[in-house]
Amino acid sequence: MNQNYTTIAQKSSSVLATNKILRNTYMLLSLTLLFSGFTAALSMFMNMPPMTYLISVIGGMVIAMFVLPRFAHSTAGIGIVFLITGMLGFGLGPILTMYASLPNGGNIITLSLAGTGVIFLGLSAYALATRKDFSFLGGFLMVGFLLVLLAAIANIFLAIPAMSLAISAVVIMIMSGFILYDTSRIIHGGETNYVLATIGLYMTIFNIFISLLQILGIMGNDD
Amino acid sequence: MNDLNWMQIVSALALIMFIVILFPATLDKLKNSPQGTSQEWMGFISILVVILLFIAFLISLV
Repeated sequence: MNQNYTTIAQKSSSVLATNKILRNTYMLLSLTLLFSGFTAALSMFMNMPPMTYLISVIGGMVIAMFVLPRFAHSTAGIGIVFLITGMLGFGLGPILTMYASLPNGGNIITLSLAGTGVIFLGLSAYALATRKDFSFLGGFLMVGFLLVLLAAIANIFLAIPAMSLAISAVVIMIMSGFILYDTSRIIHGGETNYVLATIGLYMTIFNIFISLLQILGIMGNDD
Repeated sequence: MNDLNWMQIVSALALIMFIVILFPATLDKLKNSPQGTSQEWMGFISILVVILLFIAFLISLV
């Protein structure tokens, strides 16, 4: 009987811990998205050159890969997450300026934002509601991501618009898989650090938004 | 060398760096990820189809 009580107590404590990580992750994610929006607007206002995007993305990724893991378990980790997301938002400025200058640029940006929101919220809600375990996707998503990076390198020099479209579409598919995978990891206790969970989900949102911008930009351009 | 070429080369180098960094983690994930059942894979493919249809819908709105 006592053993049953202990098991129930352990389960409820585990559920509480998971809910706390989820709550903290979504709270930090919301704040970082707002901060990114602010730095993107600042970058647009300052009329930054296109190379800002490249420098910000490389800088942000390097900090996310090498610096963040060392500080993820301390309060400094939160500051580093804001630094990374602020940099990535700042890098978005010139891209948004470029799309805004298109005849239907405002429409493309709005649809990309709305589309990203619908995909993220829909997939997160699905993973949270069904509580399915998507850990089987791990290897597939990583291999898919590496293949996309290889294709992106090839297309830097080939510059084929159809290939850009295909790469963007595949990136959205892979990032959608990562949303399910990351959310499922939080639910099932595979990710217990909300700082790392936040940066993972932020990167998926960022990539989906950029890819949607590219797809809608190409398809919406009559020239 | 113009600005565009400089940016292309830096982009390619950055992507190669990310591939090199991510490669060990990918191998590890491939070895240690649990195998999904055909039902689980079909569920995932259905989700991807819905997302593709959603993207097509967004394109129709541009």
